[in-house]
Amino acid sequence: MTTTAVRDNSNIRLFGLFMIKRLVQAAVVIAIVSVIVFLLLQALPGGPARGILGQAATPAQIEAFNHEMGFDLPLIQQYFNYVSQWLTGNLGRSFVMNEDVSSLIAQRLPKTLILAIAAVGGALLVSIPLGMAQALRRNKPFDYIITGINFVVYSTPSFFLGLLLIMFFAQLLGILPASAPQGNTVGEILAQPKEMVLPALTSGLAGVATFSRYMRSSTIDNLHEDYVRTARAKGTAMKRVVARHVLRNSLTPVVTMLGYYLPVMFGGALVVEQLFNYPGMGLLFWNAAQTTDFPVLLGCILVISLATVIGSLLADITQFILDPRSRGGVK
Amino acid sequence: MSETTKNPTAPATPARSSEAAMSPTRRAVRQFFSNKLAVLGTAILVALVLFSFVGPLLYPTEQVSTNLMASNLTPGEQGHVLGTDGLGYDVLGRLMVAGQTSILVGLAAGVLATVIGTLWGSIAGYAGGWVDAVMMRIVDAGIAVPGIFLLLVISAIVRPSESMMVLIIGLVSWLVPARLTRAEALSLKTRDYVLAVKATGGSNTRAVVRHIIPNTIGTVVVNATFQVADAILLIAYISFLGMGLQPPATDWGAMLSEGISSVYSGAWWLIFPAGIAIVLVVCAFNFIGDGLRDMFDVRGQQ
Repeated sequence: MTTTAVRDNSNIRLFGLFMIKRLVQAAVVIAIVSVIVFLLLQALPGGPARGILGQAATPAQIEAFNHEMGFDLPLIQQYFNYVSQWLTGNLGRSFVMNEDVSSLIAQRLPKTLILAIAAVGGALLVSIPLGMAQALRRNKPFDYIITGINFVVYSTPSFFLGLLLIMFFAQLLGILPASAPQGNTVGEILAQPKEMVLPALTSGLAGVATFSRYMRSSTIDNLHEDYVRTARAKGTAMKRVVARHVLRNSLTPVVTMLGYYLPVMFGGALVVEQLFNYPGMGLLFWNAAQTTDFPVLLGCILVISLATVIGSLLADITQFILDPRSRGGVK
Repeated sequence: MSETTKNPTAPATPARSSEAAMSPTRRAVRQFFSNKLAVLGTAILVALVLFSFVGPLLYPTEQVSTNLMASNLTPGEQGHVLGTDGLGYDVLGRLMVAGQTSILVGLAAGVLATVIGTLWGSIAGYAGGWVDAVMMRIVDAGIAVPGIFLLLVISAIVRPSESMMVLIIGLVSWLVPARLTRAEALSLKTRDYVLAVKATGGSNTRAVVRHIIPNTIGTVVVNATFQVADAILLIAYISFLGMGLQPPATDWGAMLSEGISSVYSGAWWLIFPAGIAIVLVVCAFNFIGDGLRDMFDVRGQQ
C-alpha cells in the first residue's frame, strides 16, 4: 500500500516537472517565432509600409503611414506593440481583402482541418495494418514491393500525384470530380463528399508512405524485444503476442509522430489546395503571396507555428504517458 | 519470426569469414552495393547526370530564345523528339537544361543545409548547458515555421536567382541535421577519446572539429542524401506555386507546372517526362541514402 502510494506520488511529481519544463520550452519557442515573424516584417523592402501600401506609395504617404502605425518607434518598442496586439488576437488587417486577418484565418482554417482529418485519418487506417504486415514479412517480396511503392510515392511531388489522380479518376474513368468542394461554410464543404475524395487521396497517399514506414520500423523494433521472446517461450501464439503487445507498443511512435506531422500537413495543404482550388488556409496563403498581402502571410505563419508548437508539445506529453521508458529523459 | 528462431551461435559461414578479412572500407562498399535499391539509385542518378550534363552536347537545342513558329509541336514533328512547348522550346533539350538546375541547386542546397546543421548541432551538443538550450530552442522555433511558407514569403519579396534559391533552401532546411548531430554530439562528448583531448590541454575547437564531427559522419552523410532529395522536391514545389526561377531558366518542377495547363489538351509530353524525371531523381537520392544508412549503421546489419 505505502509503496504504491509513494510510487504514484513520485510519478505525479515527475509528470509535473516534465510538464513545467516542456511548457517553459514551448513558451520560449513561441517567443522566438514571434521574433522571426517580426523580423520578416522588418525585412520587407521599404519596410512594412511599402509591403502594405504597395509599390506606388509616395514617400510622404509612407512617412504618414509609418507614423500612424507606430513604425517610426524604436524596434524594441514596435516589437512589444506587436506582441501585445497578437496576444489580444489581433493579427492585423489585410489591405488587399480589407478584412481582419484573424477572421480570414478563422474562416479558412476549419476547411484545411477537414481536409487534413480526412487525409490523415484515411492514411492511418491503411498504414497501421500495412506497416505491421510488412514487419511480419520482413525482407520478403511483399515487404520489398510495399517499400518500393512507398519510396516512389514519397518521392513524388504531391501536385504531380494529384495530377495523375485527376487524369485517371476524373478524365479517364470519369467517376470523380476534378475540383474540390466549394462553399463559405463548413457545412457546405461537408455536403460535397465526392469532391473531397481526390484532394484527400492526394495528401493522404503521402501520409501512407510516411506512416507505414514508421509503423514497419517500430514493429520490427518491438518484435526484437525481450517481452516478445518471453511470451513466445511461454508458448503464446505469435498472433496473440502481436495483437496484444506488439501492436500497442508499436503504435506509440506513430501516435507521437502525428504531433510532429502538423508542419508537413500545412505544407501539403498549401500545394494540394492550390492544385484543386480548395478554399482552405493554404489557398488563402497562396493568394496572399500573389498579391504580396503581407499581413495575411505573416498572420498565417504565426498561427501555423503556434499549431506546430502545440502539436509537438502534445506529442511529447502523449509519449510521456504512453511510454514509461521515455521518462528517463526528464532532467 | 525467422529472426526469433535463428540460432545466434551458429558457426559463421565461409563467406562471412572471408568478409571479415576485408578492409573496413571494402566491406562498407560491399555492404552498400549488396543493397539492390542503393545500386539502382546510383545507376539512376548516374544516368540522369549524364542525360542532363552530357546530353546537350549530343543533342544541342536552343533553350534561351523562344520560337513561336515552332510551338506546341507533337513528338517527332520537325525533328523534335519530344515535341515542343507553348514557347517553342524543344522539350527533350529543355529536360536536360532543367535537370542541370534541379540537380545542381538540390545538391548545393542539401550540402549547405548539412554543413550549417552539422556545425550548429555539434557545437550545441558539445557545449551543453544553457548554450545548448538556447541553440536548440532556436532550432525548435525554426522547425515550427514550415520552410515552404517562409520560402514563399521570401520569394514574394525577391524573385530568386539560382544562387539565391540555394541560400534560401539551405537556410530553411538545416534544422533536422542540427537536431541529429546534436543528439550524437551529446553522447560522443562523454567518450574517453574526447575527454582525453581536453585532459591533455586540447582546445574545444579541436575536440569538435577533429573528434566530434568526424564521428557523426555516418549520420551526416546519410542525412545529406535525404536533404538533397527534399531540396529537389522543395524547388519543384516553389516552381509549382509560381515563385520559382525566372525564365528562360527552368527546372523540372517548373516544366511540370507549366505542363499542368495542358492536362486537358492531351499534351502528355509536357507533363510526364518532367514529372517522371523528378520522381526518378528524388527516388535515386532516397535509395542511395537508404543504402548508406545500412552501410554506416552497424546495428541494422544482419
